[in-house]
Amino acid sequence: MPYILKMSNISKRFPGVIALKNVSLNVKRGEILALVGENGAGKSTLIKILAGVYSKDAGDIIFDGQRVEILSPHHSHQLGISVIFQELNMFPNLSVAENIFAGREKSQGGFINYFQTNHQAWSLMQRVGLNCDPETLVCNLPVSQRQMVEVAKALSLQAKLIIMDEPTSSLTERETQLLFKIIKNLKAAGVSVIFITHRLDEIFEVADRVHVLRDGVNAGVIERPDLTEEKMIQLMVGRELKNIFPKTDAKIGEEILKVKNLTTPSVLKNISFELKKGEILGVAGLVGAGRTELMRAIFGLDPFSRGEIHINGRPVRISSPEDAIKEGIAFVTEDRRLQGLILGMSVRENGSLVALNQLHRAGFIKFGTEDSLVREYLQKLRIKTPSVETKVSTLSGGNQQKVVLTKWLAIKPQILILDEPTRGIDVGAKAEIHRIISDLAGQGVGVIMISSELPEILGMSDRILVMHEGRITGALRREEANQEKIMALAVI
Amino acid sequence: MSRVQEPVKQKKVEKLEKSECYYKPDYISRRIFRSETVGIFLILFLICMVLKFACPETFPTLDNLLSVARQFSYIAITAIGELMVIITNGIDLSVGSIMGFGAVLTGFLMHEWGILVPAAIILGLAGGGMIGLLNAFFITRLHLPPFIATLGTLSIARGLAYAITKGYTVPCPDAFAAIGQGYLGPIPLPVIYMVIIGLIFAIFLGRTVVGRRIYALGGNEEAAEVSGINIKRIKCLVYILTGVLAAAGGIICSARLGVAQSTLGLGYELDVIAAVYIGGASANGGSGTVLGAITGAAIMGVIRNGLVLLNVSPYWVQFAIGSIIVIAVAIDQFRARYNQKRQLKEVKL
Repeated sequence: MPYILKMSNISKRFPGVIALKNVSLNVKRGEILALVGENGAGKSTLIKILAGVYSKDAGDIIFDGQRVEILSPHHSHQLGISVIFQELNMFPNLSVAENIFAGREKSQGGFINYFQTNHQAWSLMQRVGLNCDPETLVCNLPVSQRQMVEVAKALSLQAKLIIMDEPTSSLTERETQLLFKIIKNLKAAGVSVIFITHRLDEIFEVADRVHVLRDGVNAGVIERPDLTEEKMIQLMVGRELKNIFPKTDAKIGEEILKVKNLTTPSVLKNISFELKKGEILGVAGLVGAGRTELMRAIFGLDPFSRGEIHINGRPVRISSPEDAIKEGIAFVTEDRRLQGLILGMSVRENGSLVALNQLHRAGFIKFGTEDSLVREYLQKLRIKTPSVETKVSTLSGGNQQKVVLTKWLAIKPQILILDEPTRGIDVGAKAEIHRIISDLAGQGVGVIMISSELPEILGMSDRILVMHEGRITGALRREEANQEKIMALAVI
Repeated sequence: MSRVQEPVKQKKVEKLEKSECYYKPDYISRRIFRSETVGIFLILFLICMVLKFACPETFPTLDNLLSVARQFSYIAITAIGELMVIITNGIDLSVGSIMGFGAVLTGFLMHEWGILVPAAIILGLAGGGMIGLLNAFFITRLHLPPFIATLGTLSIARGLAYAITKGYTVPCPDAFAAIGQGYLGPIPLPVIYMVIIGLIFAIFLGRTVVGRRIYALGGNEEAAEVSGINIKRIKCLVYILTGVLAAAGGIICSARLGVAQSTLGLGYELDVIAAVYIGGASANGGSGTVLGAITGAAIMGVIRNGLVLLNVSPYWVQFAIGSIIVIAVAIDQFRARYNQKRQLKEVKL
C-alpha cells in the first residue's frame, strides 16, 4: 500500500458556503505533499477534518490501509495523525515541557514526574533547535519559538502523518531552514508530511508533489519534476497572474513624517527616519529586530523614553492611539485576529469602529451612514461576505484583513502603517491588497510597510529601511535594493 | 425593547440591493427570532404559564403581577449597571453594598440634616457614583482585577453605611416614601422607573457611539485600544454608572419601605449578577442586552413569587432559585446550539 492516506470525494458544507465538494487527496508513505490554494479554497477545512475537529458530510478516508471515521482530535492522534495549526494551540500559562506532554503526562500514581517531563522535553527540543529552558512558560516565548514547541510535540506523538498549516509564517530564515531539515528527516524516517503554505519558493525546496485546491474543489496535482511557478499559480487562481506586485509609480511629495532619535527602554535605540507623501517605505528585518515595536511607539501604544515625532513639519505629542488617529495615522497590526478585529462583532461594526467619531449625531450612531460607508468599502476592496451583519470570525483571512483595512481607510489617514499586511493570505487577495496600497500611495498617503517577505518588500517599496536589534542598519532605494543586500543589513 | 438593539436599516437595504451583490441583505425579522433575548423571554413566558396553572387564583391577577414587578424592579435597575460591567469583561461585587449605601446616605441627609428630598436623592446617587469611581480607580489606576477591587469596595461601602447610621434604621419623610409607594394608574412607580431607566440604557448601549465602544472593549480589549478607544475612560464610565444605578435601586427600595436600613441590599449582588447572566450575557464579555438583564431579574422575581404562593417553605426557596438559575441558562444554551445546528442545514449564496 503505497499510500498512507487516501481521501475520496470529501464534501463539507457550512452555513452559506460549500467548503469542500468531492475533494480527493492522496499522500504516499514518506512523502512531503504541499497543499496550496487561495484562502477560502478549503485547505483549512480539509485539514480540520483530518484532525477530527470537523466531521465530513460525505466521502471516505482510508488511513494506513484502514477505512476510518475520525471522531475527535483524540481519535485523530491515536490513529497517528498530528496537526500543527497556524493559530497555535498552546497553553500559554504552562511550560514548554508541560505543553509537549499535555494530555500524556509522565506520571506515577497520579503525581507528575517533572524530572522525566523536562528531560524528555529537552531532547525533543534539541531536535527542533529550541534552546530555552523546558520550564519556560510558553507565554514568554516569541511566536517563532512557540511554533517549534508544536513541532516538538508532533515529534513526540510518533505520528505517521504530520500536517503543518503555514508553519513558516512566523519563522526567520534560519528557523525555516531548520524546519525543512526536520521535515526531510521525517521523510527519511517514513513519516509523511502535508505542508500548507503560501510561500511558493518553499514548495520548490521541500515538496515532492503539490496538490492544488481552488474554491473547494480539486484544481490539480503537480509532480515535482513538472513544477513551475506559473503552472501552480494558474491552477490556484484559474487565471494567469502576470504582475503579483502591481505597484504603480506615484508622485512623491514633501515630507509628511519625521522621526528623530526615538528610543524605548526595551528595544529601540535612536531611530530616525523620514517618510514622504505618496511614498511606500518598506521596513525589513528579522523577527525581533524591533520593527513592530517602532510602529507601536509611533502610534502611541507603547511609551518611548526619548525622541520626537514631526508630522508635516510640526512636532506632535502622541501618547495614545487616540492622539495618533487624530494626527491622521492608521495602524494595521500584525495579528488581525488578536489585535485587529472584534471577532464577535459583524463586518459593519468592525468596519466603522475607528470612524465612529464621524458617524454620529449628538452621540447617536447614524446607522444609515454607517451602513453606506461600510458597503462602499465592501465594493472598493472587493470584500466577499454574505452580509454586512456577518460575524467577521467566519470570513477568510484575506477578507478579514480587508475589513481591517476598511476600518482604517474610513478615516482617510495621511499616514498608513501596515505590519505584515499580507501574512497568511492567498495570492489573489494579496495582489488585491497590494493594488489597494499602491492606489493609496498614488493618492498621496504616506505608507510604511513592515514585511518579512522580501519579494513583497522589493516589489512594493520606494525605499527600504532595514532594522536589526533595535537600530536602523541601512536604507536602500528601490533601484539599488536586492534580497542579498537587505539580508546583509538585517544580520549585521 | 429588543427593537432598539437592531439598527434601523430596512429602508436603506432596499436602496442598495441593486448594486454589486457580493452579499444578501439580512432581514430584521429573522434576526429578532435568532437573538438570545427571545430565548430568555420564552423561558419567562413558560414559567409564567406553569404558575398560571399551578396557582390560577393567586398568580395571574394584575395585583400580584404588578407587585412582583415592583419587587424585582430594584434588582433590575441595578442589573442594568452590572450588565455594562459584565459586557466589558469585568465584574462588580459591590452593587449590593452600594444599594445600601445610597439609600442610607439619602435617608441620613434628609433625616439628620433636613435636606430636601430631591437634593438628597441627587446626593445619594452621587454617593453611589463616588463608590463607582473608587472601583474605577482601583481597576484602572491600581490595576487590580475587578473581582478583587469590588470585593474590597463591597466591604468598604457596607462599612460606610453602618458608620453613617451606627446600625440604626433611618426613618424617611413622607414625601420621599411617596416616590416608592406611589402609583401611576395601576402601575407601581418603581416599575415605571425600571421601564424608563431600561429604555434609556437600551438606547444608550444599542445606538450610541459610547455604547458601541463598550461592546467593542468587551469583545476584544486589545483591538479596541488599537482602534483608538480610550480603555480607561470607558471602564471608568461603566463602573461609575453602575454605582449610580445601584444607588438608584437602593433609594427606590428604601422609598418603598419608608425607611433606610443599613442592611439594605445585603446579598443582593448575587441576584443582580445572576439576572445579567440569565439574561444572556456571555461569560467572555462582549455581549448582553438591557432587555435580557431585566428579563433575568423578572425570571427570578416570578419564581420567588410562585414558590411563596405555592406555600413552599422559605428555606427551600433559596435552593429552588439556584436550581432554576442553572436550568434557565442551560435551556438557553441548548436553544443557541439548536439554532446553530439549524443554520448548518441552510445553504445560502
